[in-house]
Amino acid sequence: MNRPIRVLAVFCGVLFLALLLNSTYVQFVDAEDLNDDAGNRRVLDEQFSRKRGPILVAGEPVARSMKTDDEFDYQRVYRETELYAHLTGYYSYVQGSSDVELSANEILAGSDPVLFVNRVVDLIGNEQPRGGSVQLSIDPAAQQAALDGLDALAGDPSGAVVALEPDTGAVLAMVASPSYDPNLLASHDLSEASRAAKELARASSEPLLDRTRENSYFPGSTFKLVTAAAALESGKYTPETLVPGGPTLDLPDSPQVLTNDVEACGSADITLTQALALSCNVSFGSVGLDLGNEVLQDQAEAFGFNDEQTNYLDGLRVVRSTYPSEAPGPFAAYNAIGQFEVSATPLQMAMVAAGIANDGTVMAPYVIDEVRSPDLEVVESADPEELNEAVSSEVADQLTDMMVSVVDDGTAGEAAIEGVEVAAKTGTAERSEQLAPYAWFVSFAPADDPQVAVAVFIEDAAVARELISGGGLAGPIARQVMEAVIEQ
Amino acid sequence: MSATGTPAPAGVPQLVPRRRRGTELVLLVAALVVGVGAFVTAELGYSGEIPDNLVSVAGGFVALAVIAHVAVRLLAPYADPVLLPLVVMLNGLGLAMINRIDLDLVASTDDGPFAGQQVLWTMIGVSGFVIVLALLRDHRRLQAFTYTLGLAAIVLLLLPLLPVIGREINGARIWIRVGPLGFQPGEVAKIFLVVFFAGYLVVKRDALALAGRRFAGIDLPRGRDLGPILVAWLVSLGVLVFQRDLGSSLLFFGLFVVLLYVATERVGWIVVGGLLFAAGSWFGYLTFAHVQERVTGWLDPFSDTDAYYQIVQGLYGLAFGGMVGTGLGQGDPSLTPFSYSDFIVTSLGEELGLAGLMAIILCYGLIVERGLRIALLCRDAFGKLLAAGLAVSFALQVFVVVGGVTRLIPLTGLTTPFLSYGGSSLVANWAIVALLLRISHGTRRPAPQVTPLQADDATQVVRLP
Repeated sequence: MNRPIRVLAVFCGVLFLALLLNSTYVQFVDAEDLNDDAGNRRVLDEQFSRKRGPILVAGEPVARSMKTDDEFDYQRVYRETELYAHLTGYYSYVQGSSDVELSANEILAGSDPVLFVNRVVDLIGNEQPRGGSVQLSIDPAAQQAALDGLDALAGDPSGAVVALEPDTGAVLAMVASPSYDPNLLASHDLSEASRAAKELARASSEPLLDRTRENSYFPGSTFKLVTAAAALESGKYTPETLVPGGPTLDLPDSPQVLTNDVEACGSADITLTQALALSCNVSFGSVGLDLGNEVLQDQAEAFGFNDEQTNYLDGLRVVRSTYPSEAPGPFAAYNAIGQFEVSATPLQMAMVAAGIANDGTVMAPYVIDEVRSPDLEVVESADPEELNEAVSSEVADQLTDMMVSVVDDGTAGEAAIEGVEVAAKTGTAERSEQLAPYAWFVSFAPADDPQVAVAVFIEDAAVARELISGGGLAGPIARQVMEAVIEQ
Repeated sequence: MSATGTPAPAGVPQLVPRRRRGTELVLLVAALVVGVGAFVTAELGYSGEIPDNLVSVAGGFVALAVIAHVAVRLLAPYADPVLLPLVVMLNGLGLAMINRIDLDLVASTDDGPFAGQQVLWTMIGVSGFVIVLALLRDHRRLQAFTYTLGLAAIVLLLLPLLPVIGREINGARIWIRVGPLGFQPGEVAKIFLVVFFAGYLVVKRDALALAGRRFAGIDLPRGRDLGPILVAWLVSLGVLVFQRDLGSSLLFFGLFVVLLYVATERVGWIVVGGLLFAAGSWFGYLTFAHVQERVTGWLDPFSDTDAYYQIVQGLYGLAFGGMVGTGLGQGDPSLTPFSYSDFIVTSLGEELGLAGLMAIILCYGLIVERGLRIALLCRDAFGKLLAAGLAVSFALQVFVVVGGVTRLIPLTGLTTPFLSYGGSSLVANWAIVALLLRISHGTRRPAPQVTPLQADDATQVVRLP
C-alpha cells in the first residue's frame, strides 16, 4: 500500500500548490484591480483615515485634514465654502468625493506617481504615506468680487461667474450660486452626512450644481460674437460691411418674423460693428442665414462647442456646450443669435471671450496651478496648452474693436472702467413666456493687453421681467471682477 | 538511545526509534510564541493596549498546550514531534484572530464575543485529545469497532434531520442543539467514517483489487464489486440532498475513493470514483438552486455583489492585505460576514498578507505530510489506511475551504481545521491528531524485546516484558 500513499502525497502536494498559486493570484496579481473596485470599502476606509493633503488658494488652505480622535483619525475641513465649495467639492464617506477632491484624489491621497519618492521615504520611515497639496489658479480677490456681485442681486439669485487668464487659460475666478457647505457632507456623523446629502440633492435650487460648467444654457446675444467671428473669418464681411437693420426679418419657410429687442437698430442697413454694439437680432439673423448653419457650426466648434470629451480643467466635469448640426429653414437665423438649439456653459462663453482676447487662440482652461509634495516642494506646475485657434489674429483684432464699441457706444456701458479700455458683449436669452430670461455678459480687459476674460451668467434673480438685461444685471459684476484682477 | 530488538531484514533501512520529545517541546515553545504573540499584537495593533483577557485566554491556552505535551510524553512518547506544535500554532492563531474580530464585533453588533467560548472548546478539544491517547493504547483495537462506528457515523449524520434537536443554520441542516449546546455531528462522523472505511477495506481489499476489464492501460474494477462505492456515492448524495451540505458530501465521497485506491492499489477505482463524482456534481448542479448559486458565485461573484457579498468581501480583504498584510488588528476583516468562522482564512490573509497566508497553508501541508509519513511507516494495513484516511480528510477539507474562500473552487460550507470558531470542528480535529499520534507512537516505538526462555525447550514460549 506504500505506492498509493506516495502517489497520494504527490496529489496532496498538488492541491496545496494550487492553493498557494491561487492566493498569490488574489493577493498579488489581481490585488490592484480588486482594490480599485468602487465597492471595496476597506480601501475607502483607509483613504478616509489618511492625512490628506490640503487644497490651497494663494497659499491658504481652503480644504484640509485636521486630526480627530474618532475612528477615522482625520476630519476634512472646508473654509470659505460659499466661495470655494464648487471647486474643492467634498470628500465624504457617504457620498464619495467630487470636483478637485475627486480629480486630484491621487495627489491629495499621496498615491500619485509624482509623489513616489515621498512615498518610499515614508515607507522606510514607517510613516503613513502623506498626501501632496494642490494650489488652485484662483485669484482670491477676483473670486470674492464675483461672489459679492452675485450676492448683491436681489432675492435668492442663481448664476455663475467665470474669469480666465486669456494667454494661459488659468481660471482666475469660478463662482456658482447657490452654493453649499461641503463640511456637512464630510461629517463623520454618517447619518447626519447622509441626511445633508439627501436634502442637498432634493433642494429645488440645486445647490450642488456648479452652474459654471455642469449645465449649459441658451447663450442668447453673447453668441453673436461667434456669429460675427464666422462672418469675418469667411472673408465676406468686414466690421464695416452693411447688414440689414430694420425692425423685422422675414424667415424662410416660416410664417414667423425675427424682431429686434431694441429700436435703435434703425430702419435701414447698418454696419456689422453697429449691429454688434446694439445687438440687433435682425442683422445677425440675416448674417446667419447668409453664412449657413454649417459655417456657424464650424466656428462654434473652433471655440470649443460640441467637444465630446473635455479633457481640460484638470479632470473637473464640464458638460458639453452644443451647436446643432441640423438647422432647416429659419433655424440658422435663431442659432445665429444664440437661441433655439444652441447652449453654452458660462465657462464656454468665457473661453469665447478669452480666445478673442488671446489673438484668436483659445487656451485650455486649467484650475490646478501647482502640485506640491507633503514637504511643500513644487513637483508639478501647470503647463498652459493651446486648445484651438478659433480665429486669425486679424479677425481677433477686428472683433476686439467691435467689442470695445459695444462698451463705448452700445449695450455694455455698465462694464466701462475708468482709464481702461474694455471689450464686452451683453446677452439676454429668452426661455419662454413664463420663465424669466437669462442675463449674460462676456468681456475682457484691457482691450489692448488683455489680462482677464469674464463670463457672467444670471439664471434667476428677483427682478421684474422687463428690467432683466445682460448689461444691467450682469455687467456690473463683470466689471468688478475685471477691476479686481487689473488692480493688482 | 539505541535500537533494540530483532534486527531488521536486509534491504530495509534500520529505523532508530527516538522519542524526540525535547524537539517537540522546543517547537511547541515556538508555536506558543507565534500564537500568544499574535494574540497580543492583534490587540496592540487595534487599540494600542495589552489585552485585558491576556491571562485568562493566553494563559489558559499555554496551560492547555503544556497539558497536551505532557500527555504525549506520558501516553505516546515515541509519537511524531512535529504534529502537536503545528496544531497548537494554528489553534493559537485562530484564537488570536477570533479575539481580534471580537473587538470589532462587540463594538458594532450583538455578535460575540467568541474568543472565550473558543478557549472553552479548545479545553474540551485538548481533553478529548488526552482521553483518546489514554483510552486507546493501540490503534488496532479500533478495527474491532469497524461496523459499530460505521453505524454510529450514519446515526450522527441523521441526527440533524430529526425534529426537535435538528437545526437548520444558514441553509445547511447539519446542526443539533441540546439545551445550550450546539454541535455539528458531521465533524465526529467524519472520524468514525474514516475508521469504518479503513476497517472495511482492509478486509475486503483483496476482493476489490481483482481486475476487471482493461481500458486505456488501466484495470477497471469488476462490475459486481461496484456495490460499496455506489453505496458511498448514494450516501454522499443524500448528505447533499437532505442536509444541503456540499462540502461534507464531497469530503465523504472523496475520502472513500482515495482509501479504496490506497487499499487496492488500483487506479481504476479513481477513474470510477471520478466518473461518479462528475455525475453527482452534474446532477446536483441541475437539481439544486443552492448548488447553482455557489457555482455562479464562484465563476462571477462580481455580477451581483449583494448576493455574493461574502465571497466578494473576502476577496477584497485578501487584496487589501496584499503581500505583507495590514498588520494584525489594523485591517477590516469584520466587514466579511462570518470572518471568525468560515472566512477566517481571508481574515488572516488580510492582516498577515500573502506571506502569512502562505505560511498557514504550508503548516497545513506539513500536517498532511506528517500524517502520510505516519501511514507509510505504519506496519499494519489497518493503521496505514487509518492514518492515510485521516491525513487525506484533513487535506481535502483544507483544500475545499481555503480554495472556496479564495475562489479557486466553488464555496462550500466546511470549517477551517483549528482556525475557525466552532466547537465540533475543534474537538474532532484534536481527536484526529490524537489518533495520528497514537498510530505514530505504535509505529516508532522500539519493538518489544523477545527473550527465548530456554533454547532447548520442546515448546517455544515467548514472554513479553
